[in-house]
Amino acid sequence: MANLAAVVGIGQTKYTTKRGDVSIAGLVREAAVNALQDAGLVWDDIDAVIIGKAPDMFEGVIMPESYLTDALGCNGKPMMRVHTAGSVGGSTALVAASHVQSGTFKRVLTVAFEKQSESNAMWALSTPQPFSVHLNAGAGGYFAPIIREYMRRSQAPYDVGIKVAVKDRLHGARNPLAHLQKPDITMQEVEDSFMLWDPLRFLEACPSSDGACAMVIASEDLAAQSPKPPAWIRGVAMRSEPTMYAGREEVNPQAGRDCAADVYQQAGITDPRKDLDCAEVYVPFSWYEPMWLENLGFAAEGEGWKLTMEGATSLDEGGDIPWNPSGGVLCSNPIGASGMIRFAEAARQVRGDAGDHQVEGAKLALGHAYGGGAQFFSMWVVGSEKS
Amino acid sequence: MKKIAIVAYNQSDCVSWAGATNEVELIMPVLRRVFDQVGLNNAQDVDFVCSGSCDYLQGAAFAFVAGVDALGAVPPIKESHVEMDAAWALYESILKIRMGHADSALIYGFGKSSPGELPIVLSQQLDPYYLAPQWVDSISLAAMQARLMLDQGLITERDMADVVARSRGNAKTNPHAQLSGDVSVEELLAQETYVSPLRKSDCPPVSDGASAVIICTVEKAREWGVPYAIISGIDHRIESHNLAMRDLTDSVSTRKAAEAAGVGAGSIDVAELYAPFSHQEIILTRTLGLTDKTLVNPSGGVLAGNLMMASGLSRIGEVFNRIASGEAQRGVAHATSGPCLQHNLVTVLESA
Repeated sequence: MANLAAVVGIGQTKYTTKRGDVSIAGLVREAAVNALQDAGLVWDDIDAVIIGKAPDMFEGVIMPESYLTDALGCNGKPMMRVHTAGSVGGSTALVAASHVQSGTFKRVLTVAFEKQSESNAMWALSTPQPFSVHLNAGAGGYFAPIIREYMRRSQAPYDVGIKVAVKDRLHGARNPLAHLQKPDITMQEVEDSFMLWDPLRFLEACPSSDGACAMVIASEDLAAQSPKPPAWIRGVAMRSEPTMYAGREEVNPQAGRDCAADVYQQAGITDPRKDLDCAEVYVPFSWYEPMWLENLGFAAEGEGWKLTMEGATSLDEGGDIPWNPSGGVLCSNPIGASGMIRFAEAARQVRGDAGDHQVEGAKLALGHAYGGGAQFFSMWVVGSEKS
Repeated sequence: MKKIAIVAYNQSDCVSWAGATNEVELIMPVLRRVFDQVGLNNAQDVDFVCSGSCDYLQGAAFAFVAGVDALGAVPPIKESHVEMDAAWALYESILKIRMGHADSALIYGFGKSSPGELPIVLSQQLDPYYLAPQWVDSISLAAMQARLMLDQGLITERDMADVVARSRGNAKTNPHAQLSGDVSVEELLAQETYVSPLRKSDCPPVSDGASAVIICTVEKAREWGVPYAIISGIDHRIESHNLAMRDLTDSVSTRKAAEAAGVGAGSIDVAELYAPFSHQEIILTRTLGLTDKTLVNPSGGVLAGNLMMASGLSRIGEVFNRIASGEAQRGVAHATSGPCLQHNLVTVLESA
């Protein structure tokens, strides 16, 4: 049985296209210092540091943890670097949690970041490989056909994605850290934006951001001493499957369903829509909200889009299960950090510390991340109570 | 805390050029052999899988994603990855077992360094604003470290050649070694320097390959009925990236990790040290307080073959082999990462 652990400090940077005012080290340190201040702690209180980011080519620095050790106060401490594709921010939080849940450490700092302005993500994702089809499409081009298949199967109306794009930007307008600030966005504006990868329009895609997110995770006894309410980690799960295999279900991946079932079982969740108060889910392209609503069991297969269209996932429409109250990946996407932001925002909700995007009375929240060809999943459930 | 054991280890041959063999093809044979050692079918038969690799060796973002193809991950598995030597993947797996979310784990590391110029590639691991633009390669940094030691009288070039001669000699019994054979200290010293004061023989070869380990709870090891070695301690520490802030003739982080892992709690029959350069083996031997009673790098170490991202895991595997075969009772394995031994992991293994 895992030891109890909790998030006792959260720190983020403002997300933006280009943070020219700080180095990579400055960026991660800013988030880390914010997390320490939030926890009422100093560097010496930290036993180990766990860092995560997406591919090294996104900044052009190999294994940058070597260089970041000084900025993160790691000298003389253990430091780990996690990399599990787009799910890495979530996986990093889980690896950090395991440092405490295993009883090995009392209090650790975890940081995830991406400074996409340092390099070119499209180039980094498209280096030609021997014996492989050269993919020069970026992530949206990869997922667009899968979305089309979802639309065909579910017979969802064409504007579900548009609705998600508007909803998440309205959420993001409540979050001062969100990269895209579009408080006046309309369905028409999204529909009129140019088509990037049919059926995904420009405003249905995530931005490319600089930013970092950090958390302090502590053991049960130390969490009890923290100045602000802890977010207790009630379940942790990760799953992987290959990018391609005969018969692979790409619209509703088995790895995602298994991962959700595992984390719900640990947290005692039987009906996610009813039992959870909100969710921060990795939705980099609008249509992934209805698709993940089904994959994560919030709706029956083929029905996810109905929740979106009814406003069930909207804070502004008073929905019963707000998704991405922070604005989500559609508002801010420092890739390597995006998963951790989901996990941290879920924790902010149950700590009652989410500012203008607080879901009233949130007690139990899901943090979710996925990566690769929708094949790597990491999730946690956090709660305001220990059990 | 739960007792955790190593039950299987395999490493591919270290080859200077794997040709058209891709990473999945490098991984699959070693996975097959560790599964066979325990009697498992595939990754479905362990509770957790963790790997270590580096995108820059392959020149592709998400290079490790293809590694999942080697696992038989259908239905989906619990799997993670570190952009570090796979010795740290083993560390992550131990945490997973300690927290009760797994009873067994497969760990593998792989690297195909031959397509690029490894020392130059590694220069891009340095501080991206002040050091990387100068393209200071890994051999030049190690040469600077060796020069400091020579100038301070801490070692002689003969000491360094001694390390190389012993490595090559030991490697004669290691079928996976890339460099092995009888070579005298005089012959080595007669070679010209490569990056002064280092001779080519003081540097590790560039190697392609993979290695894998299976760990589990002691209960599981007994259930499987295979020889095992207990992981009695494991710890890792990093130190400053700023070389000017470090005493490069010492390894403070190794000493801290060794203390935390309990190296000093008993005698050490065997040690496998990830010392990519001959003088670094001397630093590590001194830091760990190893004496003549300890057999150091009986496999030949990484001077005989250096699988980037897998060599650290292999050191643990090599010590496991000595203990499982009864040649040793207690041993120490060391892994390193970063320039001039910046980050070090120490594992203590004991017979069951």
